[in-house]
Amino acid sequence: MKRTSAAALLTAPLLLFLLLSFVAPIGAFLWRAASDSEVAPVLPRTVAVLAAWDGAAVPGEDAFAALVADLREARARDRETGAGSIPRAAARLNADRPGFRGLLPMTARRAEAAFDGPARDAVLAISDEWNQAETWGAIRRAGGPLSSFHVLTALDLRQDATGAIRAAPEDQSVFRAVLLRSLWISLLVTAACLALGWPLAWLIATAGGRASTLLLGAVMLPFWISLVVRTAAWMVLLQREGVVNVALRGAGLIESPLPLMMNRFAVVLAMVHILLPFMVLPLVATFRALDPRLPRAAASLGAAPWRAFLRITLPLSLPGVGAGCLLVFIQALGFYVTPALLGGPNDQMLAWFVGFYATRSVNWGLAAALSLMLLVAVGLCVALYGRLAGFRRPGAA
Amino acid sequence: MGRAVLWAAGVLVALFLLAPIVAIVPLSFSAGSFLFYPLPGLSLRWYQDFFGSDFWLPALWNSLGIGAAAAALATVLGTPAAFGLWRAKGAFRAVAMGVVLAPMVVPVIVVAVALLLAFGPLGLVATHTGLVVAHAALGAPFVVVTVLASLEGFDPVQLRAAAACGAGPLRAFFRVCLPQIAPGVAAGAVFAFATSLDEVVVALFVAGPAQRTLPRQMFSGLNDQISLTTTAAAAMLVAFSVLLLLAVSWLQSRSRRRASG
Amino acid sequence: MMFRRDVLKAGLAAGAAAATLPGTAGAQGRDLTVVSWGGAYQDAQREVYFRPFQQATRSRMLEETWDGGIGVLRSRIASGANTWDVVQVESEELLIGADEGLFEPLDWAAIGGRDAYIPEAVHDHGVGAILYSFIIAYDRARMAQGPANWADFFDTARFPGKRGMRKGPKTTLEMALMADGVPPAQVYQVLGTAAGVDRAFRKLDSIKADLAWFERGAQPPQWLASGEVALTVAYNGRISAANATDGRNFAIVWTNNIFTLDSWVIMKGSPNKARALEFLKFVGRPEIQAGLPPKIPYGVTAKGVNERLPADLLPDLPTAPQNLRDALHLGDRFWLDNLDRLTQRFNTWVSR
Repeated sequence: MKRTSAAALLTAPLLLFLLLSFVAPIGAFLWRAASDSEVAPVLPRTVAVLAAWDGAAVPGEDAFAALVADLREARARDRETGAGSIPRAAARLNADRPGFRGLLPMTARRAEAAFDGPARDAVLAISDEWNQAETWGAIRRAGGPLSSFHVLTALDLRQDATGAIRAAPEDQSVFRAVLLRSLWISLLVTAACLALGWPLAWLIATAGGRASTLLLGAVMLPFWISLVVRTAAWMVLLQREGVVNVALRGAGLIESPLPLMMNRFAVVLAMVHILLPFMVLPLVATFRALDPRLPRAAASLGAAPWRAFLRITLPLSLPGVGAGCLLVFIQALGFYVTPALLGGPNDQMLAWFVGFYATRSVNWGLAAALSLMLLVAVGLCVALYGRLAGFRRPGAA
Repeated sequence: MGRAVLWAAGVLVALFLLAPIVAIVPLSFSAGSFLFYPLPGLSLRWYQDFFGSDFWLPALWNSLGIGAAAAALATVLGTPAAFGLWRAKGAFRAVAMGVVLAPMVVPVIVVAVALLLAFGPLGLVATHTGLVVAHAALGAPFVVVTVLASLEGFDPVQLRAAAACGAGPLRAFFRVCLPQIAPGVAAGAVFAFATSLDEVVVALFVAGPAQRTLPRQMFSGLNDQISLTTTAAAAMLVAFSVLLLLAVSWLQSRSRRRASG
Repeated sequence: MMFRRDVLKAGLAAGAAAATLPGTAGAQGRDLTVVSWGGAYQDAQREVYFRPFQQATRSRMLEETWDGGIGVLRSRIASGANTWDVVQVESEELLIGADEGLFEPLDWAAIGGRDAYIPEAVHDHGVGAILYSFIIAYDRARMAQGPANWADFFDTARFPGKRGMRKGPKTTLEMALMADGVPPAQVYQVLGTAAGVDRAFRKLDSIKADLAWFERGAQPPQWLASGEVALTVAYNGRISAANATDGRNFAIVWTNNIFTLDSWVIMKGSPNKARALEFLKFVGRPEIQAGLPPKIPYGVTAKGVNERLPADLLPDLPTAPQNLRDALHLGDRFWLDNLDRLTQRFNTWVSR
């Protein structure tokens, strides 16, 4: 009893620190994927009226009147406090329905002047956009406090005014492709790391002596060198007037420089280089733990070397292979710097889009939804890793 | 025959790992301004450029200062936590381990954006404190893992002996355990320092111009134009990395010797 | 007892290590931060504006580089994480930001009065910094007979190789339409229709595989120098600067160049407003501004600068009559209304 509480006491400072500096910020950020808080404070009456709307046809006069009242009040408040709540609501609505960024502030500006007759006529005179059910649907979807909008967008899905979920318009569907691309690049990198890492790890585990130490050093050294430095090294090598092109031309192998950079090839190559140690190190540990007598025993019983490999070495090393692959795959999924520097626009992975929507377009909900997607993928891999690592009892490696 | 192929493949892969680094370091000593070989001559002009620049030298100091502070914070928090986790059992240990190791697996872009949004209202964006806190969080798991590994070689019977002599658990930790695992703690601190020295994404999002670190300065340099000053900076970072690697290997071998002796 | 003090001491030491680092006082105490476009341009600004300003006022300022985008400014203000004070923005960013309240209204009296500047440079929320043009550039060392206009720029048969264009719809769509035969005077009329936008994207589609997208002004001259691209859209000053300082032989095609201006703004809520105004006043003085065009040939905005410039420099400036003759004036009003919508479409188009 005492022992446990003392242990808890010693971990408390770090846990508290991580809770404040890591868990809470990430939690708050991810929460934005499911929450919607920009529109309701600006258009409270409109949101309330639309809650009872069926979404089939353009809503009636009460919705228009509520809109005008809301916008007048919000505009007065914005002018007084400089809070800019209308542009922010417009930005959120614009993410759903392009055009809102201009429409909402414009409507607010013009609806300020007094008018006679129904609000409906006055608003429709400002813009015909208000005569479409989907315009109102966007407001209802953004009414909050919870919404599935960002998560659906991250999956290239939309909810229409009636609540039905359908595919997003084609010129706005991009995220499924980005997810697939991220998975594909990570998979390629993992496969390449496995193919390259296996022989090296086997050598390190079996060569012994100085050769083993030297080869291990060749893995450890790049492992310690900054990722930016290694990416920079590849840029120096691969650029048009870089080391590789100049050398190839000098050797007379090519006439004009090859486009080696700003493409998928460069991204995968540099990522393999950066992540290879994460494959080699667990493999070395696994191979070292293998009992070298087993394949020899198999050989003495008459098994061909390949058969001994397939039947004994391979199955015994599978947990290490799985661990290495997942380690590489998980890290590859979250890559940001290397694709940004070495890739073209078609080679950017999920992380780049998270950064884009967070800092270049005020769309934190979407950034959070994409992060959630990334975390779910990583979480699945970690769970799988936990199961695989479970094969290896502590002490075996 | 098979063995020869294996050797050839293994050595080629090792060369692949080393080649990019070996290729750029000599370039930084070029007397010319091209990023390819042969070098027109040797000179230190790019290093002079580095030390004379308005940007690179402050970036170097920022990297070292922020790295040291983050490593100190991560070590002070991580070492007792590792000891606590080593003694802990059951569900508490599993949950605490999950929290402590999370910074190692959560994609750093998620951390960067989350911290940007959380630090903004607190006034921590573009401050040294903000970056130190972020880097300490990213470095702490490395301290915990390294210290946990060195605790494997520590015999808990000694704690019971200490308790028998009347020492409380905290006192036993500081007086009996800590001196024995000191090399492991130091190795953990080096890991945390290296994590900060390496980190660029969080620095890109939450640091301001007064906190520009070496990797961040390199990142913007690469976006703009790769100059040989950038390769000089890269070469210096490589030298740092080698030093840190040697330091950690030395510390770990000491910690192993202690454990076995 | 002893060990408790140890814990306390260790904790204090770590706290002190963090606290003694400079800049921990928080956002209030930070130095004036000025943000510009990087590369040769910011190098010139540093020499002509930033360093002299720091010497004249005996104070420190920080500089930062960005590559534009109103979303960046919106994010900074909305997240409460803004650490920029003075930013150089493009014309439609000035209009959008002023409309959305991202910038402080400018105290013109504090920076020399509206009359001290050319009329185009005067706005309630910003003061003009430079006048410049988007032009076509190529390397004479690699291409003897270069393109003559936008149609040639899109002609991959006659001029093979990659082309650099600026990432984003602004200027890109205008160029595509001009290449497709739309005269400059009608570009925004055509672009105002859905069919016109489709037409521009179709034209871009025809050379999409050959396009390389730059995001920073420093990239086009660098790509030309390394042969990464055969032709590129560029800012005129950067190309002249590469010729002057790197000994390049780049050609500038002025035909139907897109002419515009950048402005300085002060970010909303800046704690360094007084110093920001001091900075703007300093860089608005004609004798200071006259130092810029010789370093990088952009037009400047204070009255009475051109008389101070060497005569042989004038033809390189975008404001030279022969360069302005068939130029398209960037439609900042059009982009005020359409930037977000078209950026969204452009980004989707590019990333596919």
